[in-house]
Amino acid sequence: MANYSSNEFKPGLRVMVDNEPCIMIDIEFVKPGKGQAFSRVKLRSIRTQRVWERTFKSGESLESADIVDRDMEYLYSDDEFWYFMATDGTFEQLGASREALGDTIKWLKEQVVYVVTLYNDAVVSVTAPNFVELDVAETDPGLKGDTAQGGTKPATLSTGAVVRVPLFIVEGETLKIDTRSGEYVSRA
Amino acid sequence: MHLWSPSAPRTALVARQQLYRTIREYFYARTVLEVETPLLAQAPVADPNITPIQAGQRWLHTSPEYAMKRLLCAGYGDIYQICKVFRKGEAGKRHNPEFTMLEWYRVGWTHRQLMDEVAELLQLLLAARFSDLTCLHLSYAQALAQYAQLNVHHCSDHDIAQRGQKLANADLALDRDGWLDVIMSHQVEPALPHNTLVFIDQFPASQAALAQLANNEQGVLIAQRFEVFFNGMELANGYQELTDAKQQLQRFQHELQGTERLHDANLIAALEQGLPECAGVALGLDRVLLQLLDATHIAQVLSFAWPRA
Repeated sequence: MANYSSNEFKPGLRVMVDNEPCIMIDIEFVKPGKGQAFSRVKLRSIRTQRVWERTFKSGESLESADIVDRDMEYLYSDDEFWYFMATDGTFEQLGASREALGDTIKWLKEQVVYVVTLYNDAVVSVTAPNFVELDVAETDPGLKGDTAQGGTKPATLSTGAVVRVPLFIVEGETLKIDTRSGEYVSRA
Repeated sequence: MHLWSPSAPRTALVARQQLYRTIREYFYARTVLEVETPLLAQAPVADPNITPIQAGQRWLHTSPEYAMKRLLCAGYGDIYQICKVFRKGEAGKRHNPEFTMLEWYRVGWTHRQLMDEVAELLQLLLAARFSDLTCLHLSYAQALAQYAQLNVHHCSDHDIAQRGQKLANADLALDRDGWLDVIMSHQVEPALPHNTLVFIDQFPASQAALAQLANNEQGVLIAQRFEVFFNGMELANGYQELTDAKQQLQRFQHELQGTERLHDANLIAALEQGLPECAGVALGLDRVLLQLLDATHIAQVLSFAWPRA
């Protein structure tokens, strides 16, 4: 396993900190005029998504985390696991727990390809594509004359996610949603 | 992004030219002599917290201090230098392993007199963006008391380590001074008042580096050193220079214990000749430009920052 010395620290680096796989978000080099040098690192835990700060002495090193990202298509769920299939031609299938799935459950749709993050061959997180297309399951009827601009209303999508949509949207329509902000983009 | 292209806009280079011109006119008017000393020295720096870069059989200097002191010992009087200095591994938003330093020495001055001159020069250099800058003077103990609620001269090593560990979120296995560095850099520096030149002096005797020791008004042994902070950034580091060759040799030997580096014998020999009582200071010019141009990354004021050099 590779080791990274503090002078190799950079955003995006995946490392083990206190036995937790983490990704580096930001690094600040700190060096008092006549003192010890430090790297103040902002980290995100891969498992819990918790963001925290930790200081390292200059010259300290960290083990790289054995983290792999795979493009996988969502298949189905048995309510205990959510199953994905590799799109690299191996057709390998993996199950993600509810915990690993996190908020991505709101944007889950069959045949859409997600980034499945594996640590020690177990699924630790699932990331949705930036945009997904989902059907409107339920929303109040639109009001005539409100097609131009202005108001929004809540709409429940086929996945159970609730987003704000323009008043002219009706049940059964397919919408394009930005999964990063959870916002309506357009009709699909 | 193309790596061939400059990291700084042309306006930053114009600001640098203006900065150097103001400095040179300032010292010319005060008959302080501009000098050049070798970048490639036979002996490396002794400070264990600074790593020099080796070039063949020689060392790129990490500060012009040793050679400038030899000029002082030779009786050349007040001197200043604008030069590049080199420190291995120091790279970040406010650090570049190769950076520009202004260093100057005033013969017969105390470090307190020099602090006044540093304030005057910085007010002049920063005037284009900050008019009528005020100064705040604090001792190291006052700064820690006010911004970290810590009584540094009475706090045990254990308490200081605990405070440091909380800030670092880790046990870095540091000594007392190492943990104090954590508290200063993580808690005190960010809390210092903004748009104010903050002078901190009377450092712990254990952090004396090349400064003289003295008893302060409370009878505590302190180092006659000062640092200047501006908007959470350290700009300058000054000393009442140690003139005693024997003490200097002892500090070198202590610092170099367990390393293969040799101390600068020429400096010791010069000090034996006699260094006049003097005060000296080093000022990071890239950081002055950062403040002047309201820039956040040192690359914005360097023609080619480290990754493009």
